[in-house]
Amino acid sequence: MSDKINLKIDNIAVSIKSGATILEAAKKVNIRIPTLCYHEDLCVAGNCRVCVVEQVGSDRLLPACAMPVNEGMEINTNSMKVRNARKQIVELLVSEHRADCTRCYKNGKCELQELSSEYIVGENGFIDLVAHKGYTIDNFSPSIIKDDSKCIRCQRCVRTCDQLQSISALTVAHKGEHMKVSSFFDKPMFEVVCTNCGQCVNRCPTGALTEKTYLDEVWSALNSDTKHTVVQTAPAVRIALGEALGMPPGEIVTGKMVSALRRLGFNSVLDTDFTADLTIIEEGNELLQRLKKVVKEKDDSVKLPLTTSCSPGWVKFIEHAFPELLPNVSTAKSPQQMFGALVKTFYAKKIEVKPENIVSVSIMPCTAKKYEADRPEMRSSGFKDVDYVLTTRELALMIKQAGIDFASLPDDEYDSIMGESSGAAVIFGATGGVMEAALRTAYEVVTGREVPFDGLNILPVRGMENIRAVSIKIENVLPEWDFLEGVELKTCVAHGLSNAKQVMEAVRDGKADYHFIEIMACPGGCLGGGGQPIPTSPAIRKKRSEAIYNEDELKPIRKSHENPEVIHLYEEFLKEPLGEVSHQLLHTHYTERNRY
Amino acid sequence: MAEVKQLVKGLADQHGRTMESLLPILQGIVHQEQHISEDAMVEVARELNISAAQVYGTATFYSFLHTKPLGKYVIRVCKTITCMMHGKNQVIKELESVLKINLGETTHDGKFTLLETNCLGQCHKGPAMLINDEPYTELTPEKVREIIMKYKHQEISAN
Ligand code: SF4
Ligand code: SF4
Ligand code: SF4
Ligand code: FES
Ligand code: FES
Repeated sequence: MSDKINLKIDNIAVSIKSGATILEAAKKVNIRIPTLCYHEDLCVAGNCRVCVVEQVGSDRLLPACAMPVNEGMEINTNSMKVRNARKQIVELLVSEHRADCTRCYKNGKCELQELSSEYIVGENGFIDLVAHKGYTIDNFSPSIIKDDSKCIRCQRCVRTCDQLQSISALTVAHKGEHMKVSSFFDKPMFEVVCTNCGQCVNRCPTGALTEKTYLDEVWSALNSDTKHTVVQTAPAVRIALGEALGMPPGEIVTGKMVSALRRLGFNSVLDTDFTADLTIIEEGNELLQRLKKVVKEKDDSVKLPLTTSCSPGWVKFIEHAFPELLPNVSTAKSPQQMFGALVKTFYAKKIEVKPENIVSVSIMPCTAKKYEADRPEMRSSGFKDVDYVLTTRELALMIKQAGIDFASLPDDEYDSIMGESSGAAVIFGATGGVMEAALRTAYEVVTGREVPFDGLNILPVRGMENIRAVSIKIENVLPEWDFLEGVELKTCVAHGLSNAKQVMEAVRDGKADYHFIEIMACPGGCLGGGGQPIPTSPAIRKKRSEAIYNEDELKPIRKSHENPEVIHLYEEFLKEPLGEVSHQLLHTHYTERNRY
Repeated sequence: MAEVKQLVKGLADQHGRTMESLLPILQGIVHQEQHISEDAMVEVARELNISAAQVYGTATFYSFLHTKPLGKYVIRVCKTITCMMHGKNQVIKELESVLKINLGETTHDGKFTLLETNCLGQCHKGPAMLINDEPYTELTPEKVREIIMKYKHQEISAN
């Protein structure tokens, strides 16, 4: 192509498309330039300056992440001048940083620490300013800890919350030496519009934003003689956990994960996928009920479109941003909370353990799940339905602490009663997955036939396109559903709250006539969740997504309504979808929240 | 609350509802209310369809956009280098002792607030300060004491 630019980096010739940055050009020839504020998912900020390089013939140092390449450029990434500048920049950052690495949650996983070690930031740098800074730590939220003494003001979090999530719960406040990353009036994170999605946590290069960890609580439950510990694992954990334990992205580690959980000492190792299937039954029926009321009975008190409710970041978002649309949100609880409610009722009875002696733990790709488990509504068993939520990263840490060599573990199977799942449940972990799972079931309920897609793979709802609208024509219905004959079922899938916001604005303004909308707060869906291994990038999300759809293909059962344990649960306990027991245990309500 | 809503709505009607309208709206609020309250910021965020934190971020960037209630007389002492070298620290010390407050505080009677600000453009006559919109230059501790006393007397005779 003619619009290629030719340049030299450290005397190596590179040819790259015009508009590319020096950083991208260097990457192409396998030269690593350090970065801090730069992140693949975000716009360039160019504020940290650790990526500086030298252009031959110029005295100014250039930020490689922000500088486009020019024809004939000669760049040195490793001159004395560059090295000195980088070292000083890191030293300056450290001089304002409470660098107590040995006590820091990010120890060993911190980008600033890595750079400090690479550039040997010694004792004789700049004066330590930490004592004069009056930093504060906000650890009031059940999900996220914000420690200003660890913040290097790279603003990855601010850009994440703005660009990916359209929330801007975090902003840059004050100026000069007083400049800081702040919420509205510096209020605690749990009081403001923050959805706890953890996307900022996943991108923060330091220990300034981290998940609140419950490892100690879980270890003590595991070591207690009187407690029966139950663990559930979300769909997206099994395709990402390996990354945090030294494996390449896209590895399916379901069997090893089950083995590891047993080795850690969990008494029952069960699967959130089981209640993902259950969610499809409850939510699918809710959709059909609403369609019936709207299309057949012309009942205008019933709201369409119906939106999904399994992503707690999305739920908190709509509570803050579109309270008038809360009646559109499915009342079905998320799979995590359905699971929690059943563990201390149905399951407790089955295994003859008193619910007060059960400690229910969930492993989630998500930091918002911690907040969800803490909601006052989530105690329908009479106890806290889910006691502790751990992220994928925390589980990886537990496995390391226990000295388990993960890669060499044999595969194992989930326990029964609430451990069986279909492929439809696995794909909950990818954007579009809930929609696909719901369609596989709802279409069959209404027509008595399988969805008209090759191998049950509803490809149009898959992928990473921001917003995907797909309609499916319903034909030759069963007599009971005659009012749906010929109806074009209009669906929409959005991931990342920026995209969700766009869709919901259209719904609010009457510009969209969807019947059913799937929304996931995180880019890519749960597989790109805030609790997933760091880093997460577009390429890694793609790998995880492929793994999820492979796992679906490998499952003998592909449709939620064919999960034998779910069928059994209805026969023995719930009786019918949307029935009385379901209402009590599996459905919830929402709360309007403040605008800040 | 309803009043703030009205005020912000009026300002948005006047200045528009884009990002560029944010500063004029905030200035309008300060003009009316002296400081921008939490409620006012939330209303601005609502009108412009941005986050309340973004409004807060902008408001805290500018020295003249206050986010806390202030006294009747707002004293702003220039802290920039020329005034600093001409002895603004002594000026502030004197003000603190006359008013019996620290920098950043408001007197108990709600009359005086003592703040620092950036260059007032009076560098050639530093140290300089503003009391509300009134500039005072070539300050010395004695001069500062006199100025404050003048305001205090004015207040007493007004009552
Ligand atoms: S944030 Fe990083 S550099 Fe700072 S104390 Fe923690 S590990 Fe060390
Ligand atoms: S909190 Fe983390 S991501 Fe945000 S500015 Fe500070 S260091 Fe950067
Ligand atoms: S957790 Fe999500 S919503 Fe909250 S500040 Fe971070 S990115 Fe924004
Ligand atoms: S990474 Fe380039 S300026 Fe921060
Ligand atoms: S430095 Fe004080 S007025 Fe300019």
